[in-house]
Amino acid sequence: MKQVNVKYFAWVRERIGKSSERVETNAETVRQLVVELGEREPRYELAFSDLASLRVAVNHVLADFDSRLENGAEIAFFPPMTGG
Amino acid sequence: MRVQVQEHAFDPGSELGGFHAGRTDAGALVSFSGIVRSDDQAPIALLEIEHYPGMTEKAIRGIATEAVERWQLMDCLVIHRFGRLKPGDHIMMVATLAKHRAEAFEAAEFLMDYLKSRAPFWKREHSASGKLWVASRDKDEATMERWVRQEAGEADCG
Repeated sequence: MKQVNVKYFAWVRERIGKSSERVETNAETVRQLVVELGEREPRYELAFSDLASLRVAVNHVLADFDSRLENGAEIAFFPPMTGG
Repeated sequence: MRVQVQEHAFDPGSELGGFHAGRTDAGALVSFSGIVRSDDQAPIALLEIEHYPGMTEKAIRGIATEAVERWQLMDCLVIHRFGRLKPGDHIMMVATLAKHRAEAFEAAEFLMDYLKSRAPFWKREHSASGKLWVASRDKDEATMERWVRQEAGEADCG
């Protein structure tokens, strides 16, 4: 079992109802973590329903959903960025 | 190189004042400043900008370093605000200093494209009809890709 720190931003944070949490998981990849969280509660399923409209960062670097999940990692989920 | 992610307002004029001080080898300074825009048809009361503390500054610093190397910049400045802004406020600015204008313009555009679609900021407009997250435009992400392709193309030729 590994432990990861998960963060949510913008409307993903609003749909899930929290900005961060510690998650215990057996997931090997970010994609598996998304599936695991989605199975927990409908609000996660709703937030993760369209992966094409989501972006992910692993340890503060933009990554893709097939990135490997390491123990202690910080995983952040958010919509496409709108800076500038 | 200076990167600032901050909540408080800044004055682009005074930021630029000392930017090339003491240098005589630079021939081109390009600067861009983004301003909160309201629409007369659907005016916004304020623009809220959320960001990812811990990632934002690190990510911008990384891309600014890349710009300095790629366009041989003599200096580069990026300021981006977060929090609650009003129409007319400066949201962000970039400035680049180079020997010639082509490098200064191109590097500034590269940094702007990056900030639009790759730096972890999210805008939400507050108006009479409520609060609305600003949707990203596909165009912005595609625009960033041209820099990647260009780089890949150069590698192929080499």
